[in-house]
Amino acid sequence: MQQDLWRPNASIENLRARARVLAQIRSFFAEQDVLEVETPVLSKCAVSDPFLDSLEVSFGFQPGIEDERLYLQTSPEYALKRLLAAGSGDIYSMAKVFRNGEFGRRHNPEFTMLEWYRLGFDDRQLMAEVAALVRTVVPELSVQYLSYAELFERELGLDPHQASLQQLQQVCREHVDAPFEDDDRDTWLNLLMSHVLEPRLHGAVFIHSYPASMAALAQVRDDEQGRQVAARFELFVDGVELANGYHELTDAAEQARRLQADQQQRAALGLPQRPLEQRLVEALEAGLPECAGVALGVDRLVMLALGVDSLDQVVSFMHERA
Amino acid sequence: MANYSSNQFKNGMKVMIDGDPCSMVDVEFVKPGKGQAFTRVRLRNLLTGRIWERTFKSNESAESADVMDIDMEYLYNDGDMWHFMDPNSFEQVAADKNAVADADKWLKEQDKCVVTLWNDNPISVTPPNFVELEVTETDPGLKGDTAQGGSKPATLSTGAVVRVPLFIEQGETLRIDTRTGEYVSRANG
Repeated sequence: MQQDLWRPNASIENLRARARVLAQIRSFFAEQDVLEVETPVLSKCAVSDPFLDSLEVSFGFQPGIEDERLYLQTSPEYALKRLLAAGSGDIYSMAKVFRNGEFGRRHNPEFTMLEWYRLGFDDRQLMAEVAALVRTVVPELSVQYLSYAELFERELGLDPHQASLQQLQQVCREHVDAPFEDDDRDTWLNLLMSHVLEPRLHGAVFIHSYPASMAALAQVRDDEQGRQVAARFELFVDGVELANGYHELTDAAEQARRLQADQQQRAALGLPQRPLEQRLVEALEAGLPECAGVALGVDRLVMLALGVDSLDQVVSFMHERA
Repeated sequence: MANYSSNQFKNGMKVMIDGDPCSMVDVEFVKPGKGQAFTRVRLRNLLTGRIWERTFKSNESAESADVMDIDMEYLYNDGDMWHFMDPNSFEQVAADKNAVADADKWLKEQDKCVVTLWNDNPISVTPPNFVELEVTETDPGLKGDTAQGGSKPATLSTGAVVRVPLFIEQGETLRIDTRTGEYVSRANG
């Protein structure tokens, strides 16, 4: 049945609209005096996150000499932080990133990521800037702010910081047929978030102050109730994740510890051990300025601007046609 | 039997779930911003017809089900079982009331249909999308009323009762859409 596979899956009209959104993004940052930079897509090191899989590339010199193993980057984060530590000032990158095995209505193994860093900002200031950027593309958008705990308490009557593994599992299974076992609380929180709560988020909603266990590369601080929370936020629009930001970790020793912890978790899950980005640790040792950074899915922003609900309407050639 | 990992799941795949063969109707990749990815699958239980959603972790797997859809010819009903033949191998299978279910009212001898086999046993029968059946009983037609207007029940040779236009007469052969159970037209010729 699949005919005309040489054709783009998106209409030329939509691709014109996409080009306009890209131009609006670049002019937004030009006005704010944020510098556009490009970073390597191919790197000797791979992301440490156990739940992201890098595509491996074999780089050959000549016959008889062993190929070098390189990795397509899942985000420009490591390279951007090395630039920040080298004194770049405010920067952004808008480029392709690659994630192995991710494919679906809202996923493609390669996609365009906008990532930017603002010196002296914390997560709250950066949320306001993300909202401003999104409004340049979708002017009528109204924005709400909710903490992770407020969302769980409001929708499920559950305290995500205190609930036991058994409680989370039980609430999850009331809503989702997921008979597997898992002794990581975060798995159940993620399942509740993605299957139960995200579909209930209407309009644009920033969820902030994630559990400390989900800090990734964000700073951890105490909230008003004295609970440890991550200075991390995500923006959802009509239940679709659009952006993920942090008040960035600048502590080199803590960064080195998190890389090692990821590597150990990878080993425990039987995932490949790949070279860790030690140059990021060195950059933090040299001094990463206090900053906040965020990554935003450009294809999804274009979907929002056009009011369409699948990636194939805004990407010229999806995985099956690439 | 082979195992499929959740990242290999795709629409139409047949797997064993809680001991029953199921077909994947829709497969969706769900990835939280950070953390483990999930695969949410809309499944149809091929024995009961029940459709529901189940979520798998990224490294979970499911056993493949030995389920095959085979084009077969309907032969006859012996009062208890419905008999079908594979026109290529001439192999015959007999399906019980559970497997045939509602397809019964559309089965005409020598018609082609799809028989779903699980471990070589018939578990369901799908009639052709369109069948041509004779009207065995209906009220007399109304002369001249060939345009729009009312409808009336007609009993077909298989025992099925469908709504037909008033001008249809007993003995005529009709084309019926088995997916909706609705009259389409008079059969050609």
